[in-house]
Amino acid sequence: MAKRSAPEVNAGSMADIAFLLLIFFLVTTTIEKDKGLLRSLPPIDDTEVVPPIIKQKNLFTVLIGRDSQLLVEDELMGLKNLRQAAIEFLDNGGGTNPEGESCDYCKGKRNESSSDHPDKAIISMKFDREASYEKYMDVQNELVAAYNILREREATRLYKQYYPDADKVFTAMLDQKEKNQYSKDEVLNERIETVKKLFPMKLSEAEPDKN
Amino acid sequence: MSKFRNKEKGEMPAISTASLPDIVFMLLFFFMVATVMRDSSLMIENRLPSADQVEKLQKDRTIFIYAGKPSAEFSQFGDEPRIQYNDAFINLEDLQAAIYQGIGEMNEELQSKVVVGLKVDKKTNAGLVSDIKEELRKANALKVMYIANTKKVE
Repeated sequence: MAKRSAPEVNAGSMADIAFLLLIFFLVTTTIEKDKGLLRSLPPIDDTEVVPPIIKQKNLFTVLIGRDSQLLVEDELMGLKNLRQAAIEFLDNGGGTNPEGESCDYCKGKRNESSSDHPDKAIISMKFDREASYEKYMDVQNELVAAYNILREREATRLYKQYYPDADKVFTAMLDQKEKNQYSKDEVLNERIETVKKLFPMKLSEAEPDKN
Repeated sequence: MSKFRNKEKGEMPAISTASLPDIVFMLLFFFMVATVMRDSSLMIENRLPSADQVEKLQKDRTIFIYAGKPSAEFSQFGDEPRIQYNDAFINLEDLQAAIYQGIGEMNEELQSKVVVGLKVDKKTNAGLVSDIKEELRKANALKVMYIANTKKVE
């Protein structure tokens, strides 16, 4: 038989096929990155230790009612005032911490009747079962924001010289930690811990009453 | 002068489209790699609340739990908020087992760092969320992320 050269395949429709696939993947792609508020739950404690008595002035109570209204320190409050109220409470520094040191970095009013020290200040949150999750998240967000603003302030005070260009020093530090998560940077970790320790997040959630 | 004019008189050559498939393929590969197929279809309404103090979530160590009202096609399940894990509705008492199963399917070195992502509809009662958290505490999965949309800071 005579040797025939194979006819060349027409590649003109290649682009069409590729376009078809491309459009399919374009439509199905959702480039999303989930974000949210990270919180830790308390472990279940079976030991019968009497909880330490906390002075009323070191406790900042936030109550979300059935109709999603806020009761902060026994007074009705709008959501937009919550952040400032929480900051004032945490930053008050009216007394000393358990080690007897007074809070030399607090810039609050040093009111005798509000919290002694950020180490002692506890925010306690309670909500009705019927309250909406949206409201619950709003409140959580405001309280976390209060801590973040204060930590940001302290990070700026202590470490601004290492991050002269950063707008938010604490955020810059956390970003750097995440970027270098496979090569541990002891100095950076220590700095982050220092800032966190100045305003430890003490946010307790009471279980809603069963009805 | 006439030298140049002669050239301009010639017709515009057609643009070669020979590299078009290459370009399209390049885009195609990008989207193929970037695509994540949704592996569980939602059976509930899921409009997330918004927050501005959000952190990024690390997907490799996360178990997702959804909660909300059953969506219109699943209205036979009533309109009380339900919990969905993977592809099915589960009851509160099965949640612990589901969490253990989820942890078991995970990469071994990440098992101790497990985070539970709660995707809860914003119209849900906060009571259901606290029930879920109670079960998570029993299952000793203590890191929780309330997944939210990012709200722009004013």
